[in-house]
Amino acid sequence: MTFADIHLTGLLPTATVGLTGYLVVAAAVFSAGLVTVMARRNAVAILIGIELMLNAANLNLVAFDRFGPLEVNGQLFALFILAIAAAEAAVALAIVLNVFDARDRIDVDQIDALKG
Amino acid sequence: MSHALLAIDIPDLTPYLPGIIFGTLAAISILASILAATAPKIVHAAFGLMAAFFGIAGLYAMLGADFVALAQVVVYVGGILVLLVFGILLTGRTRYALGLEREPSAKWPIFAGGLFFFGILLAIHGSEFNVVTDPAEPAATTPVIGRAFLDPNQYLIPFELASVLLLAALVGAAYLARRRRST
Repeated sequence: MTFADIHLTGLLPTATVGLTGYLVVAAAVFSAGLVTVMARRNAVAILIGIELMLNAANLNLVAFDRFGPLEVNGQLFALFILAIAAAEAAVALAIVLNVFDARDRIDVDQIDALKG
Repeated sequence: MSHALLAIDIPDLTPYLPGIIFGTLAAISILASILAATAPKIVHAAFGLMAAFFGIAGLYAMLGADFVALAQVVVYVGGILVLLVFGILLTGRTRYALGLEREPSAKWPIFAGGLFFFGILLAIHGSEFNVVTDPAEPAATTPVIGRAFLDPNQYLIPFELASVLLLAALVGAAYLARRRRST
């Protein structure tokens, strides 16, 4: 009996990975980011969830760029999202630090000074 | 390519290599983002986020997007993640982190996230995409991206606007984050 007899290779993923595989990974990462945003109270943790969701969207763009008729436009969109995510993270963290300075807490359910 | 060593035929794995690498990278990305979503300590969540960034950068590389993969590592891991860790460490004294209060139950968010995931799976399953099943071998994308960014007929204006946005955001962030003197 040899390894080949057990059909080990039959258990492995297929050689060509299509668009669907990448879309499923992106869907899973996006869902994890969504859960993070909904479940966490810490403002920085919510930012982590937002970054996960942006990454999932980027993965979709690059995957469609590879398998679709987009030429290089999908990657360019992904790069724009990258730049905007950097700007967003910087501003959001500045706001978080400011709120922490003023109120000594960053749990978003405790920041209700503007609540009517 | 079968070796007769120890009378075991080692199957030729070469055609399965892309699948194996994809599976590994996909598992890293998904498990790391689940860690980022559920880790009780937020520093662990940040480490999960780092692993997810690396896994997704690997997937970009598999998709032939070499420049995006490198930009992902440089900008996300080198920039945004460091910012997030600074934010975590500078704001560590929260009620939940100090153990004064238990973090509220994550049961319903996880349920909603799972529902959302299966909704997307159904949508992917039911969609017809206009795709090439066997795309050409990826070529170097950096020259193409560089020309597209600096071509006035393509992305020159959005590119410059993004530069101005980044500059304004970073100046604004530096202004916002400076410590106020006695109020």
